[in-house]
Amino acid sequence: MSAPTLAPTTPPSRAALRRWGPVAVAAVVWWSLYHWNRPFWDWVMFDVVGLTEGSRLGDSLHFFFYDVTKISLLLTGVIYLVTILRSFMSVERTRALLGGRRQGFGNVAASGLGVVTPFCSCSAVPVFIGFVAAGVPLGVTLSFLIASPMINEVAIVLLFGLFGWKITALYIGFGLVIATVAGMVLGKLNLERWVEPFVFETKLRGKVIDPSAGLSWDDRLQMAREEVVAILRKVWPYLLVGIGIGAAIHGWAPQDWFATHATGWWGVPLAVVIGVPLYSNAAGVLPLVEALHDKGLPMGTVLAFMMSVVALSMPEMILLRRVLKPQLIATYVGVVASGILLTGFLFNAIL
Amino acid sequence: MNIKILGTGCVKCNHLEAATRTAVNELGLDVEIEKVTDPAEIVSWGVMSTPALVIDDEVVMSGKVPSSDDVKRLLAAR
Repeated sequence: MSAPTLAPTTPPSRAALRRWGPVAVAAVVWWSLYHWNRPFWDWVMFDVVGLTEGSRLGDSLHFFFYDVTKISLLLTGVIYLVTILRSFMSVERTRALLGGRRQGFGNVAASGLGVVTPFCSCSAVPVFIGFVAAGVPLGVTLSFLIASPMINEVAIVLLFGLFGWKITALYIGFGLVIATVAGMVLGKLNLERWVEPFVFETKLRGKVIDPSAGLSWDDRLQMAREEVVAILRKVWPYLLVGIGIGAAIHGWAPQDWFATHATGWWGVPLAVVIGVPLYSNAAGVLPLVEALHDKGLPMGTVLAFMMSVVALSMPEMILLRRVLKPQLIATYVGVVASGILLTGFLFNAIL
Repeated sequence: MNIKILGTGCVKCNHLEAATRTAVNELGLDVEIEKVTDPAEIVSWGVMSTPALVIDDEVVMSGKVPSSDDVKRLLAAR
């Protein structure tokens, strides 16, 4: 590890060029690929391979390759930037910011920090114990744990790429509201008796190491590269399956099928009931819901489905079982699912 | 010398363990490497960002996966 060098001491030096030169080249390459993605696949599918534009097979294959390229590019670019920004934050810093906060404002702060703090779901249990043992109220801790997976960078990238900024902004806004309100409700219920007792007995010793401290720009850029590779390696099977199913729906499902068959009030609850146990991630689900929306599935139902897949996952619940009793896990799932239901109904009513 | 790897058993924790074993072997050290997976014990070390590396009862790194060269540097600094 090198010493902290947050700003180069000598302006445009050779070291700075060596550091930022490749980043600049990568940015230009990225932009060109993104820009030429559609014309390129138009040319390949309809001119070189000779498929007919508007035919089922032609449209499905074009959708598949165009979407895989577009989403991979978006993921690469945004995860890179987000990781650099997040390298200035850590759960340790967030805990310090949340320590001593009361219910209410604390829940708002925890939800917002849940979005910007780097957090791996495998750390959910240590983070939960660390927050509660340090005196962060239970409801505030839960707001953080709800916001963090729900408003994750992969979901945001894909929403933006497939549905545009308005839907993305609504998703983030309502995600924050759900995390804040659900945490407040759970806090008000005084559920400490359903937390495993050892959590409150855990004593913190030793000095706290803040992983975001003392990083050089080279460290941050390297972390960003590693994170891009790690996430792409994790999500690509989901992405291919999701886009594959999406492409099939795109080519073969009748136009407006969902608009005529799935606009009843039961659409949203059904989406949540299917979405909660479904273990996937944003990368697998979004291409699928884009295709469903394209065939007329209402936006509220789409968002409710996506939120329930991303925010409530079986593996995370199993992890949290080590610190939360089943009653609290059930209440947690119930409160968050209710928030998602309401959001879905609201969207279907206004959009 | 005693080395502890704090981690709940995720992929990154295994990477840290591998890097540490490589570093220890290359330096030819005779040390005990212990894995701590109990979340309460991990937190009691003051660690929330896993994986973390403890050398002789002191947390020297948390929340990242170092290269084996980084681990060698940390070991040499002891």
